[in-house]
Amino acid sequence: MIAMETILDVQDLQTYYRTGKQVVPAVDGVSFRLAKGEVLGIVGESGSGKSTVVRSIIRLLDKNTTRIENGRVLFRGKDLLKLSGRELRGIRGKSISMVFQNPLSSLNPVYTIGNQIQEAILTHESMSRAKARDRALHLLEQVEIPSPELRLDDYPHQLSGGMQQRVLIAMALACQPEIILADEPTTALDVTIQSQILELLSRIRDERNMSIILITHNMGVIAEMCDRMLVMYGGVVMEEGKCTDVFASPLHPYTLGLLASIPSLEEEKEELYAIPGQVPHFNAPVSSCRFCSRCDQVFTRCREEEPPFIQIGDGRFVRCWLYAQENETNNG
Amino acid sequence: MPLGERRGCLMTRYIAVRVCKAILTVLFIWTLVFVLSRVTGDPVDWILSEGGSAEAIAQVRHNLGLDFPLWEQYFRAFGDILTGNAGDSYYYARPVSDLFGERFIATFTLGALVFLVTILIGIPLGVLAAVKHNTILDRLTMSISIAGYTIPNFVLGILLIMVFSLYIHVLPSGSYGTAAHYVLPVIAMSVGPTASVARLTRSSMLDVIGQDYLESVRAKGVNEWVVIYKHALRNSMIPVITILGAQLSTIIGGSVIIETVFAWPGIGSLIVSSARQRDFPVVQFGVMMICFSITLINLLVDLSYSILDPRIRVKS
Repeated sequence: MIAMETILDVQDLQTYYRTGKQVVPAVDGVSFRLAKGEVLGIVGESGSGKSTVVRSIIRLLDKNTTRIENGRVLFRGKDLLKLSGRELRGIRGKSISMVFQNPLSSLNPVYTIGNQIQEAILTHESMSRAKARDRALHLLEQVEIPSPELRLDDYPHQLSGGMQQRVLIAMALACQPEIILADEPTTALDVTIQSQILELLSRIRDERNMSIILITHNMGVIAEMCDRMLVMYGGVVMEEGKCTDVFASPLHPYTLGLLASIPSLEEEKEELYAIPGQVPHFNAPVSSCRFCSRCDQVFTRCREEEPPFIQIGDGRFVRCWLYAQENETNNG
Repeated sequence: MPLGERRGCLMTRYIAVRVCKAILTVLFIWTLVFVLSRVTGDPVDWILSEGGSAEAIAQVRHNLGLDFPLWEQYFRAFGDILTGNAGDSYYYARPVSDLFGERFIATFTLGALVFLVTILIGIPLGVLAAVKHNTILDRLTMSISIAGYTIPNFVLGILLIMVFSLYIHVLPSGSYGTAAHYVLPVIAMSVGPTASVARLTRSSMLDVIGQDYLESVRAKGVNEWVVIYKHALRNSMIPVITILGAQLSTIIGGSVIIETVFAWPGIGSLIVSSARQRDFPVVQFGVMMICFSITLINLLVDLSYSILDPRIRVKS
């Protein structure tokens, strides 16, 4: 692959939740790069910190409970974590916009969708209401909403779930952003609608050479959409690589578990595989492998020391002691 | 039927049902006022307090229209009120409409000021407390507001008179005329409604403040002021509008007491003195005017829901 221009560079991001006296490391040292025109998938169970990572990028976090403790988020060389509120608002929705998981609850029930799309436009560009309305109409056409001129004055509850998600995507596209952060955009939709929405996102990416960070817990969605992927668990990245590589030869026991739990039509399995146990709650600082309590290949070192992020090949990383030994013998 | 047309139809029905309910309410209140005022006694006893011959009594009864059968009086008097010709006061011997006309401005300006203060202070205070949830500012606002709505307005009125009129002589204790005369009655009447509006706005805002759509508005790069005042506030307004309607009714009804405390020459004090004198036309007209305005307010409140929240238009 030709080296592509990096558009977003996240370095050692740490975002902690504080509940009472407890400090929960929701994101604990995550680094990755996003190239122009690339679709990067982040996969993991609920509670793995994947949603907090993307929200930290545009600092869309509850200030009372959540704090970004450390790290840098470089967008065009500027650290988004150091911007003033005003500068940050200039980025949100203009250069980096977001598509949410639950389309109905993400639209304000008391304003028409036209009004809400126009707001996205008028927040960043000064133009007449009529012009903004034309742009909104055009956006609805682009996200393939039938008879958009009739829909513009509808309220969110009058649209189906799939249409609502298209409206959210139209809103995200309003100012031609360079990056779209999609936080489980298809989880709340039924399967046929899911694939339509994914196709729409792919098409938009191709047309505009936009970058997308796609969060999901669905390996199938990753396989269909993404160029590269991160596997997150317990607030850290467990494995990183090109999708083709990860699917062909998964390294981390957690990734293996995730892939084994995809239902398959070819194999007749009695029972669907599930990784045993639940995501445990961590307290900072963590001093073991975060997956050790559920791992089927666990050994002593896993419980005593947190494994480093080990490079295996070109753009291929894994956080597991199994590969550290291999690495050491290779080097030695 | 196309969606728009069906919605229009439902809207018409919704309005029709509310209007019918309003008419029933008015008829019920009219019956209540008519019966209650007559149960208190005979105005002739009061007018001819020295006693009089049977002829004189009959003459007075005839002059006042009290010699008709009760059911006829019931309909006549109601018709008179509806046509705006409410007859003459027994006591003042002047047209009822003139009496009310003279006093209307005093009551109206007082009520309007109180209502304005309630909205302009109560709502922003509630929003502030909600946005600063669990901070000292929130707790302070809410404890003051508890004190505010537990104290009865006439007690507060008397306390205010004691402090500002009797001890430090900065404001007049009663009567009507200059802007200074408004200060104490407006404070006394608006503290309670302001406090309950602030509390309700706060709790209603807190329900809305964690909603996903506010996150998505923030993600568009909209500033926090617009997030709160355009998106959150409108969604939390339905319970607040309901309580505002109720508060306006309380303000109108409460003027009867406060006007007495502050010797305010308004409709409230007129109704109180007329009730004592069994001045039926005045009492009936006054109570019905209050009844009409409160019914109208409730009707407007009901209709405002569907303007505030489009989902109500289709549901009902």
